[in-house]
Amino acid sequence: MAGELGKYKLCVSARSSDKAILSKSQDGGIVTQLFKFALEEGIIDGAIVAGKGDEPWRPRPFIATTVEELMSASGTKYNISPQVSWIKEATRSYGLDKIGIVGTPCQMQAVRKGQLYPVGLRDVPDCIKLAVGIFCMENFPYQSIVQLVEDHAGMRMDAVKKMEIGKGKFWVYGQRGQVVQLPLKVTHKYEQPGCHVCLDYVANLADVSTGSVGSPDGWSTVFVRTKNGDDIWSKAIAAGCFETKPIEQVKPGLELVTKLATEKISKNQKTVEERAKFGVSKGLRNPYLGPK
Amino acid sequence: MADKITVGHVHMSGCTGCLVSLADNYGGLLTILDKYADLVYGLTLADVRHIPKMDVALVEGSVCIQDKLSVQEIKETREKAAVVVAVGGCACYGNITRFARGGQQNQPQHESYLPVGDLIKVDVYIPGCAPTPQMIRNVCVMAYLLLKGNKDQQELAKKYLTPLMQLAERGTEACGCDLMYDIVNQGLCMGCGSCAAACPVRAITHEYGKPNVNREMCIKCGACYAQCPRSFFNFDVIPEFEGIMEAIAGALK
Repeated sequence: MAGELGKYKLCVSARSSDKAILSKSQDGGIVTQLFKFALEEGIIDGAIVAGKGDEPWRPRPFIATTVEELMSASGTKYNISPQVSWIKEATRSYGLDKIGIVGTPCQMQAVRKGQLYPVGLRDVPDCIKLAVGIFCMENFPYQSIVQLVEDHAGMRMDAVKKMEIGKGKFWVYGQRGQVVQLPLKVTHKYEQPGCHVCLDYVANLADVSTGSVGSPDGWSTVFVRTKNGDDIWSKAIAAGCFETKPIEQVKPGLELVTKLATEKISKNQKTVEERAKFGVSKGLRNPYLGPK
Repeated sequence: MADKITVGHVHMSGCTGCLVSLADNYGGLLTILDKYADLVYGLTLADVRHIPKMDVALVEGSVCIQDKLSVQEIKETREKAAVVVAVGGCACYGNITRFARGGQQNQPQHESYLPVGDLIKVDVYIPGCAPTPQMIRNVCVMAYLLLKGNKDQQELAKKYLTPLMQLAERGTEACGCDLMYDIVNQGLCMGCGSCAAACPVRAITHEYGKPNVNREMCIKCGACYAQCPRSFFNFDVIPEFEGIMEAIAGALK
C-alpha cells in the first residue's frame, strides 16, 4: 500500500501492556514500550529520544541506554528536538553499533536520506536498527510554545502537566488539574515555517510509526512498515508487550487518519507550488526538485 | 571481467583522507575491485605513470594553479574519463585548501588552490571531509549500475546520482552559511539536526531547534548542506531505501 499513508504491512490500534509506561505516556506508550523491548532484547544498544532540556518543556535529544532513561523521556513535547543531530555521535561518543531513533516524519526522512546519501554520516547507515516515527501535523519552536502556554493559556511553563493536540484543539493540562483549550486557529500562526512544505503526516519512512489519531483515548494507531519493523513488532507482540485491536474495529479508525493526511499533504503541496512564484518572476527554493 | 568498469583515483592537493575513506570499505572495497571495477590509475595503488582512458575518475583534492603538472593532469583527466567524480570537500569546494596562502616548504610559491570544478566540468559531487566510506561505496555501486546494469538498474542509478550531479552544477563554493542562505532564510528548516551530525569539525550546534554555525571552525567541506533533507529530497529514490540498501549490501557480498 502507498499513497498518503505510505507503504505499510500492517495497521493496528495498540497500547502497551505495561501499566508503568501507560501512566506516563502520551497515548498508548508505543514508542517507550517498543524501545524498552528492543533494548532488553539487544536489538538496539540505545535510542535517541527527546529528553528533558534546560527549560521546562524544552526537549533535548539524548541517548537512552537504560529503561529508566527511556521512561524519563516519554510524552510529547510539541516543540523542536533535533533528534538526528546525535546520530553520528551515538556511534562515536557512545560507541553504539545498533541505534534506535524516534522522530517526526521529517526526521525519518532525514534518517533515510542519511542512509542512502551518508555525506557526513560515517558508519551510521548500517547502524540504524529501529526508526520509530510519530504522526505530525506541524511542530513549534520552543518560543511559540512559551507564547501559547503563558500568553494564550495563561499558565506557567513549569506548571504544565501535559500538552496535547486533539479533537481540533490545543490542550494544556496544569498540575493542579486546570485545563485550558485553545482553538487551532490561534496556534496556526506560531507553527514552524519549515513544516509547511512537509509532505508526510504519518512518518511514511519509519520502520514503525505511531500516533493517537484514529484510535480511542489511551490507545495509539500503529503502522508497521518495513521488513525490519515487522520483525521487531512481531517479536514484541509474541512477548506480550502490547494489547492490540484491529484498526477496522476502532473509532474513528483509518478514515480520520486518511482525512488528516490528505488535508496536510494537499495543503502543503499547494504551499510548495505557491513558493515557486512567491516574488515577481522569482520564487523560493523547492527541495524536492534538487539542491540548487 | 569484461563487464567491469575502469576507475582511476586522481590525486590533486588533498590529504589522502578520501582514499583512506574508500579503503575503509575493507572487504567491500575488495568486492568492488573483484567484481565491478578495475583500478587503472592511482598514485599509491596502481603502477601507472600517465592518466589512462577510463570510465570513472575519482578526483581527490583541489588544484594548485601554480603547479603545472596538477593543472595538466586535471585537464587530461577530463579528456580521458567519461565521468569525473569530485571526491571530498577539497575537490568539490576547496575545503581547507581555501585557507591556503602559500609559504609552505618546499614550494612556498604554491599559494592558490581551486576546486576541480573551477577548471573542468565535473559530473558528480561527493562532498564531505572526509567523504564517508558508505557514500563512496554507494556512488561506486551506482556508477557501475549506470554503465553496466540492466534497464531498471540504469534507471535507478540515474535517479540516485541526479542530486549529486545537481550539486556539481550548483557551484564550487560551500560554507556552513549555506544552511542560512538556502535553508533557514528560505523558510525550509525544520530542525532535524542532520547538519550538526554531518559536520566533521563539530562547528554546528542547535539553538532552539535551528542550526548555529561557528564560522571560524567551518572548513567549507559542504557536508552539512548536502546532508540536509531540505537541500534535496528526491521522492523517486529515498522512499525506496529498503530495497536500495538491500541491493547495495547484496552487491558487496
